[in-house]
Amino acid sequence: MSAMTIMFPKTFSRTFRFLAAAVLSLALPLAAHAENELHLDKAPLQFDDATLQHGAKLFINYCVNCHSASFMRYNRLHDIGLTDQEIKDNLLFTGDKVGDLMRVALRREDAKQWFGAAPPDLSVIARARSGEYGTGADWLYTYLRQFYRDDSRPTGWNNMVFPNVGMPNVLWTLQGQQAARFVEKTGENGATEKHLEKLELIQPGKLSKEEFDEEVADLVSFITWMGEPAQETRQQIGVFVLAVLAVLGVLTYLLKRAFWKDVH
Amino acid sequence: MNKLAQQFMGWVDERFPATKLYKEHLSEYYAPKNFNFWYFFGSFALLVLVIQIVTGIFLVMHYKPDASLNASGIPVAFASVEYIMRDVPGGWIIRYMHSTGASAFFIVVYLHMFRGMLYGSYRKPRELIWLFGVAIFLCLMGEAFFGYLLPWGQMSGWGAQVIVNLFDAIPLIGKELSLLIRGDYVVGDATLNRFFSFHVIAIPLVLIGLVAAHIIALHEVGSNNPDGVEIKKLKDDNGIPLDGIPFHPYYTVKDIFGAAIFLLIFSAIIFFMPEGGGYFLEYNNFVPYDQLKTPPHIAPVWYFTPYYSILRATTSDFMIWLALLVASVGTLTFLTARNNIVRIAAAVVALVLIVGFFALDAKVWGVVMMGGSVMLFALLPWLDQSPVKSIRYKGTLFKTILAIWVVCFLILGYLGVQPPSPVGKVVSQICSLLYLAFFAFMPWYTRMDKTLPVPERVTFE
Repeated sequence: MSAMTIMFPKTFSRTFRFLAAAVLSLALPLAAHAENELHLDKAPLQFDDATLQHGAKLFINYCVNCHSASFMRYNRLHDIGLTDQEIKDNLLFTGDKVGDLMRVALRREDAKQWFGAAPPDLSVIARARSGEYGTGADWLYTYLRQFYRDDSRPTGWNNMVFPNVGMPNVLWTLQGQQAARFVEKTGENGATEKHLEKLELIQPGKLSKEEFDEEVADLVSFITWMGEPAQETRQQIGVFVLAVLAVLGVLTYLLKRAFWKDVH
Repeated sequence: MNKLAQQFMGWVDERFPATKLYKEHLSEYYAPKNFNFWYFFGSFALLVLVIQIVTGIFLVMHYKPDASLNASGIPVAFASVEYIMRDVPGGWIIRYMHSTGASAFFIVVYLHMFRGMLYGSYRKPRELIWLFGVAIFLCLMGEAFFGYLLPWGQMSGWGAQVIVNLFDAIPLIGKELSLLIRGDYVVGDATLNRFFSFHVIAIPLVLIGLVAAHIIALHEVGSNNPDGVEIKKLKDDNGIPLDGIPFHPYYTVKDIFGAAIFLLIFSAIIFFMPEGGGYFLEYNNFVPYDQLKTPPHIAPVWYFTPYYSILRATTSDFMIWLALLVASVGTLTFLTARNNIVRIAAAVVALVLIVGFFALDAKVWGVVMMGGSVMLFALLPWLDQSPVKSIRYKGTLFKTILAIWVVCFLILGYLGVQPPSPVGKVVSQICSLLYLAFFAFMPWYTRMDKTLPVPERVTFE
């Protein structure tokens, strides 16, 4: 008498096989997806302390002027290997305490007037931006590298991933300036439409393309980490929990078998 | 020591039926010995209920049902969830257990219900167990719906907005009713507070009462089993069913083993994929709810999507097909019923429905169809006219129809998470019709089905 014969009697497995076959044959044609319009680059994320510390520095220097990360406390950066003193010396604005949340001085009403919309809080932005096109990290990594000059916009900047975004290219001193090249295509209704084909660097910045990509990758790694600071702890505890439950599963199975010996 | 314990139990038993209850529900509750894999899901459902209640108690200690904006312009409710995820020690694990628990609850309950459908567990004399079960399922849907608003993300707010707006469709009282549910003209702070109240106290109270009734009724008539034979028919000299074994220790040890395996899978999700690929925690729900910004695609959580698909499928061009279905069921009843009152009732109900289909807005019928497709489960004990209970002894006809119904249910679920499309609409209309037909024609096809002879005793080993 094996466990499997108790748990999966023949009728069950036959019914199950029939159902599974029926489901597959009917569901497969439906699974064909619509063509992806948005192509995202895969973000080369790294979660070692050095990368995250560098990303944190970029984040504080370039993002927190306008965006809050109001669920993040500065001293949570202990988790990526920074001490209170290092946080105070390198990352804090004057007057802030290490236990403070990453808030902004910018008033929301002013921001709305200047950019058209108040800059969103970035604490969980990496989780919010996930979707069918890729992870939130992929979205951020692509978005931050695809700003281009557009004089029709109030800020003078536009973006391939997020058209007509209110945010200017804050990293332009590093990246340089890009321009968009358009091609004209005939759309479905017969009218000619302008399609963005690619971006060209028209004025180089402080960094080469490769260096800039790495810089953005570090920043996005930090933003991703910040989306769920407990993630690493979660997975470490998870391995332990699964191991304990696997042992418990074996022991309880033996217990069950011992008790069921006299059932005929 | 033993004597002291006996004396103590004697003292208690004179005042409270502790030993009696223990015997009736555990040590002398005889369950069929041939339970299989499918019979784990009832105990899993109880386990998940306990997980949800315990984690819920701790979440309420830190969660704030408040839609006002904090200093950083974030709704307090949304911020309090992230506060739990970051600043409350162990908060993330409690929250993930609760959010994953919601999806796990529906997975085990759907499988538990399907078990009942496979083995005819709803048949006489277990109709009331089934009805309590359907009521539990309805409460669970309410509980999940109210709870989903609390994180106050975009999907929370707009999902609630879409569902509450459905009540607008009800003639005469609709507008007032949806206003009463929301407590405001849009989903706002008033809605959040009343949904919180429903989620943490009103529904759980009813739910626990129904679970108790479900189990009391079960222990009164005894469990069904994969063979669908009544073990109480054959008893030994002591009046114990020949194929029965005491629930404790046999099924307690078996269910403990089951619980370990369930927790293994549950933990794998909590610790390694708590978002469940965007199905357990929707990505857009990490954006705070904004009354002025409608998301491009509002999808309910996966466990509601089969019914949501049925709602979307019910458009004005669908009413003719519904009318045909009702007309054919009405005609069949009229032709085959032996009782004249039933025949007249069938004709009148069918006519009223068909007239109603074209007289009232299709939106009204969408809501009726969505609610009705859930309520139809309650009729199963009376729709199923097969001479046998279990699928093991049912014929090919029933098995085929059940398989088609399962496939339709899964397709409807899949289409409900997708944005609307012309192909999807036609497919969901076909699946909705087949879903309904499974119930509507059941009295006839279960009678036509060629069943196998049922053995005297359960099959074991």
